[in-house]
Amino acid sequence: MAVRVSMKVNGKAVSGEMEERTLLVTFIREHLRLTGTHVGCDTAQCGACTVIMNGRAVKSCSILAMQAEGADITTIEGVAAPDGTLHPMQAAFKEHHGLQCGFCTPGMVMNAIDFARRNPNPTEQEIREALEGNLCRCTGYHNIVKSIAAGARAMAAAK
Amino acid sequence: MRAFQYHRPASLAEAAALAARPEAKLLAGGQSLVQAMKLRLASPSDVVDLGALKDLAGIKTDGRTLTIGAMTRHAEVAESAEVKKAIPALAQLAGMIGDRQVRAMGTLGGSIANNDPAADYPAAVLALDAVIHTNKGRHDVGTFFKGLYETALAPGEIITAVEFRIPQRAAYMKFKNPASRFAIVGVFVADFGGGNVRVAVTGAGPCVFRQTEMEKALAAKFDPASVASIKVSPAGLNSDLHASAEYRAHLVTVMAKRAVEAALK
Amino acid sequence: MNAPLIGARIPRKEDYRFLTGAGQYTDDVTLPGQTYAVFVRSPHAHARIKAIRTERARRAPGVLAVYTGEDIAAAKLGTLPCGWLITDVNGQPMKEPPYPVLAQGKVRFVGERVAVVVAETAAQARDAAELVEVDYEPLAAVTDATKARAPGAPVIHDIAPDNTCYVWALGDKAAVDAAFAKAAHVTRLEFVNNRLVPNAIEPRAANAVYSRAEDSYTLYVANQNPHVERLLMTAFVMGLPEHKVRVVAPDVGGGFGSKIYLYAEDVVVTWAAKQLNRPVKWTAERSESYLSDAHGRDHHTVAELALDRDGKFLALRVRTTANLGAYLSTFASCIPTILYATLLAGQYTTPAIHCEVTAVFTNTAPVDAYRGAGRPEATYVVERLVETAARELKMDPAEIRRRNFITQFPYQTPVALVYDTGNYHATLEKAQKLADVAGFAARRKASEAKGRRRGLGYACYIEACGIAPSAVAGSLGARAGLFEAGEIRVHPTGTVTVFTGSHSHGQGHETTFAQVVADRLGIPIENVDIVHGDTSKVLFGMGTYGSRSIAVGGTAIMKALDKVIAKGRRIAAHLLEASEADIEYERGVFRVKGTDRQKTFGEVAFAAYVPHNYPLDKLEPGLNENAFYDPTNFTFPAGTYICEVEVDPETGKVTIERWTAVDDFGKVINPMIVEGQVHGGLVQGIGQALTEVCRYDASGQLLTGSFLDYCIPRADDVPSFVVDTCETPCTHNPLGVKGCGEAGAIGAPAALINAITDALGVKDLPMPATPETVWRALRTH
Repeated sequence: MAVRVSMKVNGKAVSGEMEERTLLVTFIREHLRLTGTHVGCDTAQCGACTVIMNGRAVKSCSILAMQAEGADITTIEGVAAPDGTLHPMQAAFKEHHGLQCGFCTPGMVMNAIDFARRNPNPTEQEIREALEGNLCRCTGYHNIVKSIAAGARAMAAAK
Repeated sequence: MRAFQYHRPASLAEAAALAARPEAKLLAGGQSLVQAMKLRLASPSDVVDLGALKDLAGIKTDGRTLTIGAMTRHAEVAESAEVKKAIPALAQLAGMIGDRQVRAMGTLGGSIANNDPAADYPAAVLALDAVIHTNKGRHDVGTFFKGLYETALAPGEIITAVEFRIPQRAAYMKFKNPASRFAIVGVFVADFGGGNVRVAVTGAGPCVFRQTEMEKALAAKFDPASVASIKVSPAGLNSDLHASAEYRAHLVTVMAKRAVEAALK
Repeated sequence: MNAPLIGARIPRKEDYRFLTGAGQYTDDVTLPGQTYAVFVRSPHAHARIKAIRTERARRAPGVLAVYTGEDIAAAKLGTLPCGWLITDVNGQPMKEPPYPVLAQGKVRFVGERVAVVVAETAAQARDAAELVEVDYEPLAAVTDATKARAPGAPVIHDIAPDNTCYVWALGDKAAVDAAFAKAAHVTRLEFVNNRLVPNAIEPRAANAVYSRAEDSYTLYVANQNPHVERLLMTAFVMGLPEHKVRVVAPDVGGGFGSKIYLYAEDVVVTWAAKQLNRPVKWTAERSESYLSDAHGRDHHTVAELALDRDGKFLALRVRTTANLGAYLSTFASCIPTILYATLLAGQYTTPAIHCEVTAVFTNTAPVDAYRGAGRPEATYVVERLVETAARELKMDPAEIRRRNFITQFPYQTPVALVYDTGNYHATLEKAQKLADVAGFAARRKASEAKGRRRGLGYACYIEACGIAPSAVAGSLGARAGLFEAGEIRVHPTGTVTVFTGSHSHGQGHETTFAQVVADRLGIPIENVDIVHGDTSKVLFGMGTYGSRSIAVGGTAIMKALDKVIAKGRRIAAHLLEASEADIEYERGVFRVKGTDRQKTFGEVAFAAYVPHNYPLDKLEPGLNENAFYDPTNFTFPAGTYICEVEVDPETGKVTIERWTAVDDFGKVINPMIVEGQVHGGLVQGIGQALTEVCRYDASGQLLTGSFLDYCIPRADDVPSFVVDTCETPCTHNPLGVKGCGEAGAIGAPAALINAITDALGVKDLPMPATPETVWRALRTH
């Protein structure tokens, strides 16, 4: 049965009609056509679908769109400044080569932003543990870890 | 995911009525249920989302017990100053569940109602001699966890809060499944003083259980050496791709020893 | 423009779109009138199909069509071809059973495609797929290659009654036997090189659209070599005119080999798009990827090394049984042969080598190239044997390697290859220094004081990259050329678009290739864009695999640049009224030698397109050149990896404490990107040795069908790495480059198992060395 859901995505009020079984990630990708949020698995391990919902990084493949009714959501498309300037975390990923194929990258960046907001000066071990829910098959994580350390510092400095 | 009817009740009573439908499922954080539905391992007719019941979340303590609302997210428990002060091991355990995105959604009530044999929370609930409060009354933990994915909850019964006894010292040690990050073996040790020690083991068997031999040894002397030489029988323990029963049995001893070490620190 | 671009750490041009969610992967492409396909897959490893009933599925909401093998047969579609013919020891061609795109009467592995449902939405297709009823008559199955050859084993294909695709050999058996007969010492190991699932994080996907108006197709597909995909699909399977099919591999989320191949799903959606006159999209769920992506490795090997008293290697004897799975995937046959046995000399002067490979069909997913493809298996054989021999002879493992290193180049190995250059002492010494091998004994003591074990292991790997001289490959059975193509399109204002047949799915070609072009032309890198992955834009291409992009694709670009500059000199000579022989080109300027008379690259380009003052009697206008490059030899990257582990004996958990990698990739264009390739390769190699294995049960059910059971390394499983390079430029390509994409995955497993066995004091340990495996080894030792 079709139901209606409304939420705020990247600062804009959006709503849509869909089947009740629609996942949040499907709503974002197919209804809103924001395809930067990716799906890399069907068991909630890979984290490519990570978005920030009500201030916390979550896996949008494990949430029904209806659960996000009224929520405030940020996707990778909503992170850079309106003039296109990269967010400090995005810029750090670029500077430190924290991405290769780019598929896991949006999820990595979204999780990293939420993590760095709560932990502005993380150790390497804390960063590695914070990435438990994000799989990358290209980078070996080495440069992702460096990127997040630098991005966290840059975010703290920009405050 | 197969089709279902979605409900977002505004009151506990309404939720209970909906949940009593024969093929209904309660949705708390959804970190297990939504997965199961995606893989078509679960196909409820009705999904009753508890997300609007704000009263079910929250943390409070009276100095003797710590009560956590059923809809409190793992991340909130892990970060809570009150939990860290009252039962630091519980905050630590909550911070070890799944990954940080899962912890942002997953709830205490959802975890123990699901009673996954490899979940972390059941070990804390059992070791901390908790009382499970529901819309219909209360359950003592001793009779709550019945078996593989099975609890004493009746149809339409909804967990509202869990009341933990505050121990003198406690610790949780987890040996993670490298792939899923669930517990291959997790051991929660709680010392309430006066020779009252509880040791709960998750991941190793079909359901969380108490290791009474270790409890006795630790009651006599709360020291790692008290458990280090206790050999656990592999009989009845889980055996799978990741760990044999024999290895799990061995890990129960190692994790228990390390939990006692950590509790003493 | 003054700083050199070759060797510079230039941030990647492609990053902005990936970092802002603007990448366009295949599943992101949704076309007007889009429909969705879901495949019905076999739940049995081996069964006869007695009947398929599709009526209920056809009547389900939103369903447009349900197709089965019968429809495919009626449409006379061909079967999936194999691109490499191996000839067996008796001179017979390998057995090539047909690989239908939808099962024909029989299924041979769990996950084989039996039917496809196309519907208006993906959810409707999925619902309807559950309504397709298939009557199976289950047959006995076999998943283990050794068991598949035993008498009485279930027969998978009628044309191969012993389930054997081929028995193949390389090397001088008599010389090897003679050397073993007089050897002072023989080291023997028997092991399994574990089956792996590549697991690019973007699952495979394909979206095809047919135009009645043009009678043409466009296929968007997550693929590493769109031209090869098109050639195989049009010429061998669908019988379509190639010029009526456009294949686009847009942004691709990792490949690691698994997206080289022509897969059944790609063919089916393309065919269905015409039947329905609607675009048809299929995107794999991860569970489907586990079942149906080509897997990697899966060797059972017995290997023996003969040595003299001083630790000099006399001969190597290798017997391998390779599991090919149920069907021959696109390049399956050449992986355990041509890309494996030829690497068994390693970095050493072993004078006699013989390798025999038996390739076997089983009721498992097809096995093909996965990062390294044959070379990790060869390196594992050589480097485990060498380390074990050193321990048995009580020699230092670095010293035994030094004694046997090849030092004279070019070097003809006894297994067909000619190494053009290398300096193995240099990489070993640099790695030892960076790894502080001298301080290891003290670190081991410190670990032991904490009740931990500590071990150190080496791997000195070599690989053959830049595949391949086409004539050589052809003589070995390749059914395709292995050149690469490139085109330089200079625009009138002097900016440049480069078209390459190489494909980038994480490697950073858009940056590295732009560096090469901007450096050669002496123009700003911002003025150069790289285009790849679209058969309608790029003239031709053999694609990306085997670490060949810069060595082969980069050289094709260099050749095209030479033509651009040659033509530019002729134009400049005219403009400057000088003789062509007097024109030199440097840093973006054509100059009359010894004078200050000059024209910039932009001025010459402008003259080529606005030929008002132009030698039209001698030259065509325009500045657009292409080149095809066929390499004259393989390239031979090599290096030394040193791994140091600590083992918790109570739990068996292994922690990697230090990892040092020193590679010789020849010239390095962008060290930042190269280091990234090494990091990623290392972690895939660490995954093989420590966490990853694909397991089937005896009945052929896949036990490791998700990330919950198949463990690819996470960030907290691995350390940060110390990565450095030595440089001996490749002698036969103009850039002096060798390739770097696979090295990490090739060298890492042996180094890690060498370190763990050192820590435990055991001779061998199966991969992956999971905590329980290590714990058991400690208990029984």
